[in-house]
Amino acid sequence: MPASLPAGLDLGERRRRRQALSGLVVLAILLVLPLGIGDVYVRNILILTLMYTALSQAWNILGGYCGQISLGHALYFGIGAYVSTLLFTKFGVPPMLGMVAAGFVAALIALVVSWPCFRLSGHYYAIATIVIAEIVYLLFLNWDWVGGALGINVPFRGESWVSFQFRTAKLPYYYAFLGLAAVLWLASYWIENSKWGFYWRAVKDNPIAAQSLGVRLFRSKMVAAAASAFFTGIGGSFYAQFVAYIDPDSMMNAQLSILICLPAVLGGIGTLWGPAVGAAVLIPLTEVTRSYIGGSGSGTDLILYGVLIMAVATLKPEGLTGLFRIDGRIKPAAAPATGPSGSTHAA
Amino acid sequence: MTAETLAQVVVSGLLTGMIYALIAAGLSLIFGLMDVVNFAHGEFLMTAMYATFVLYITLSIDPLFLLPMVAVFLFAIGVVVYRVLIVRALSVKVNSGMVQIFATFGLGIFLRGIAQFVFSPDFKSLRGTMLSDKTVSVLGVFMPLPQLAASLVCVVAFIGLWLLTTKTHFGRALEATREDSEAVALIGVDRHFIFAMGWGIGAATVGVAGVMLSTFYYISPGVGVTFALIAYVVVALGGFGSLPGALVAGLAIGLVEALTTLLIPPSLKQVGVFGLYLLVLFVRPRGLFGNL
Repeated sequence: MPASLPAGLDLGERRRRRQALSGLVVLAILLVLPLGIGDVYVRNILILTLMYTALSQAWNILGGYCGQISLGHALYFGIGAYVSTLLFTKFGVPPMLGMVAAGFVAALIALVVSWPCFRLSGHYYAIATIVIAEIVYLLFLNWDWVGGALGINVPFRGESWVSFQFRTAKLPYYYAFLGLAAVLWLASYWIENSKWGFYWRAVKDNPIAAQSLGVRLFRSKMVAAAASAFFTGIGGSFYAQFVAYIDPDSMMNAQLSILICLPAVLGGIGTLWGPAVGAAVLIPLTEVTRSYIGGSGSGTDLILYGVLIMAVATLKPEGLTGLFRIDGRIKPAAAPATGPSGSTHAA
Repeated sequence: MTAETLAQVVVSGLLTGMIYALIAAGLSLIFGLMDVVNFAHGEFLMTAMYATFVLYITLSIDPLFLLPMVAVFLFAIGVVVYRVLIVRALSVKVNSGMVQIFATFGLGIFLRGIAQFVFSPDFKSLRGTMLSDKTVSVLGVFMPLPQLAASLVCVVAFIGLWLLTTKTHFGRALEATREDSEAVALIGVDRHFIFAMGWGIGAATVGVAGVMLSTFYYISPGVGVTFALIAYVVVALGGFGSLPGALVAGLAIGLVEALTTLLIPPSLKQVGVFGLYLLVLFVRPRGLFGNL
């Protein structure tokens, strides 16, 4: 960034160095963590936590940095799952290639969907995303070629990274999701100090001011939507390989859209560590509640989500990262107070 | 397709549309008053339906006579939600847009969880009520009595709402607060009181809809989700804050939904409605009757 504010830049540099260091430390811990844990149940929770970290980081690009609250991200997740699975079952394309296609198709659909939606703002945009996801969900439910309500079983073709199938050990999935989460963390880290990151936060905080300074609102939002959907789609195809069975209810339902944005909301919207912290709290909590208080049918998980969302939204709107005083080390997205939004945000 | 089938479809579409309109009226009222979308609106409806279910089972009072009780109950819920949750959400300074969405969104999930915890995810339905399984035939068009009664109640409720908001002192205070909530504070109107009343009335309205809906629709923790989506569609179509708009749009949506079943499988009927919603939203982002 231009050296108009050298003092701020210096602080920013130190903050970013600490962030990079903390990222390396966390990555190192996560690389060796599953080796010490043989328990299948715990490993499963770890895998899900990493998956929701990645998905929520992807959501955070659009919802957090760019401030466009999408409540229909299950659409991109489901599209990703269906694209790689259909390519695999109908055309024999190995999922390792299929997931790339999945990402691009999801991004393309995000562009198509966002074209009209970005004319809407705030609540109107959020409701439109729900409605669009619901339409696609209903269409897939009634579309026989993609398996309809019955879904598709992903056939097992032997353990390999090319077909991304592992039956006996779930460890490769752990590392796959860790890799995805790490890539998204790096992307977020890069975004925070990149041209796009500054555009997006300006669009989020004060679109009119941003526009008057030459930020192209529509294009910025479209880039954020495409990037966000791309990674969400890849996450979807990972998950399809992990569970080896897909249907509209488990891959596209509205509940999933909530679960994708929830970690970011809890941890801290538009922050580097928010999605990871949120997922690390939420997913183990959910899984443990489910197994010890009763199945997912009992509603305890919903009560838990509901209370957490209400509490964080009203009491700690900057997210749990603020609560844990991690912000001493890692400031929320508002930290670079050099933008035009700095003054309004400080209020 | 004969003219009789068409008449039948049109009538049942309009009957459904009345219920949609009343469900949407409360949402529209709150939105118009303070520019907050209640993402827990469907769960208010669901709560009213379970309240009707419980009261009917325990007291054996017919749902028709439970109307005032459930309306008062929902009114109280609306006021409490405003006083406890919404006030806080509105006073938040950081991430204010996201807070407004997620505060009510969280409330909706919470209420759904409570319902699932208490009543299990199984579908419930009211059997043996005064209206159950009765049909009226007018000029060869059959109308199920529960739906017909619901429509009549909706008409009455709409007239009541219209009188309340246009002919009373309170209605004028409501209108003034909507126009400029800061200014009314200067002339001695407690805007928090008005807002709380708005939430109460909005919730009571959906409560009335919930009672009537429960006489002919199954009850489940997720029942509100579908109706809430349709309510957003109705409100967006009719224009946020417009009562006549909600009525016209509700009827239109009911009609469109019924007519699409003639063309595409019933399981896809909502695709037509949602598609129409998107179309209108993209052409007129503030709805057909919206002047905000």
